Amino acid sequence: MSQKKNWPLWEIFVRSKNGLEHRHFGSLHAADAEMAMENARDVYTRRNEGVSIWVVESCNITASNPDHNGELFEPAQDKVYRHPTFYDLPDEVKHM
Amino acid sequence: MNTNLYNYILGIADNSLILGQRMGELCGHGPNLETDIACTNISLDLFGQVRGYFQYAAKIANDGRTEDDIAMLRKERDYLNVLLAEQPNTDFAYTIGRQFLFDVYHLLFLTELEKSKDLTLSAIAKKSIKEVRYHQRFSSDWVKRLGDGTEESHSKMQQAINDLWTYTDELFHQTEADKAMVEEGIGVDVTKLKKDYYEKVSTILEQATLEIPESKYFQKGGKEGIHTEHLGFLLSELQYMQRAYPNMDW
Repeated sequence: MSQKKNWPLWEIFVRSKNGLEHRHFGSLHAADAEMAMENARDVYTRRNEGVSIWVVESCNITASNPDHNGELFEPAQDKVYRHPTFYDLPDEVKHM
Repeated sequence: MNTNLYNYILGIADNSLILGQRMGELCGHGPNLETDIACTNISLDLFGQVRGYFQYAAKIANDGRTEDDIAMLRKERDYLNVLLAEQPNTDFAYTIGRQFLFDVYHLLFLTELEKSKDLTLSAIAKKSIKEVRYHQRFSSDWVKRLGDGTEESHSKMQQAINDLWTYTDELFHQTEADKAMVEEGIGVDVTKLKKDYYEKVSTILEQATLEIPESKYFQKGGKEGIHTEHLGFLLSELQYMQRAYPNMDW
């Protein structure tokens, strides 16, 4: 277990089926990208969940700072008009 | 019943059953979560293959026994797996070494079995090949990581390979059932796999910066039901529920 502390964390993205986008499934530890790929295969796709895997070392992700949530996200909360919900869509347009 | 075919199937299936049980022992005890799940996945792949073989064996035996009876209710001497499969999980290097030395054989074997005249065996082989190709990738990668890792991991991996090497030759021994089945175009002539096997294994060991053992003395017996002391302990755990509560199921 001791050396596991030295293994970096990896974020795992899985595409469930062709046509869909890769979604974040979780994270795991691995010594390098190759091991992260095999671990991801075993941990996240053993129940037939995926057709493609991306692995990204967590340290390469730039995340928003929770302290900045106020300025980043709250201004959008009272602006429902930014959703295109005020139009009448013709019936012929499906899946909007 | 076709005794040769029945014994031939058992010989194949028992390798997967016993090795699967060994890998299953690591459930909850792997070196870390990711490797734990990987080993258990391999175990489940092997058990899945075993079901196919034993269902077929039960059909051939045609004496009322089910796949479960064949898997769970034989005595030690009636198991026909190679000695390699039953060697214990001494440490992770042994687990990986045993898996690696078996996987290389297993993939070569299934590739030939797929060409069998027996359509059931051919179908099981076809389904299993993809699984085993991954097993071999997993175990080979770990042999290389440990062999070409730290001084400590290198010496442990080398020790495991040295100790397990003595069980590799048996993979290429033919039983009576083997010979009969090869004759009929059903079985695989394992003697012909030997050259490719040692070439493949040597290539990986070299990449892992490990020495290829030079031992000329090899153990045998598993294929005839003569096992190392480890199998009895393994079976007592495998069979415990069926022995304690006969005919239970869930």
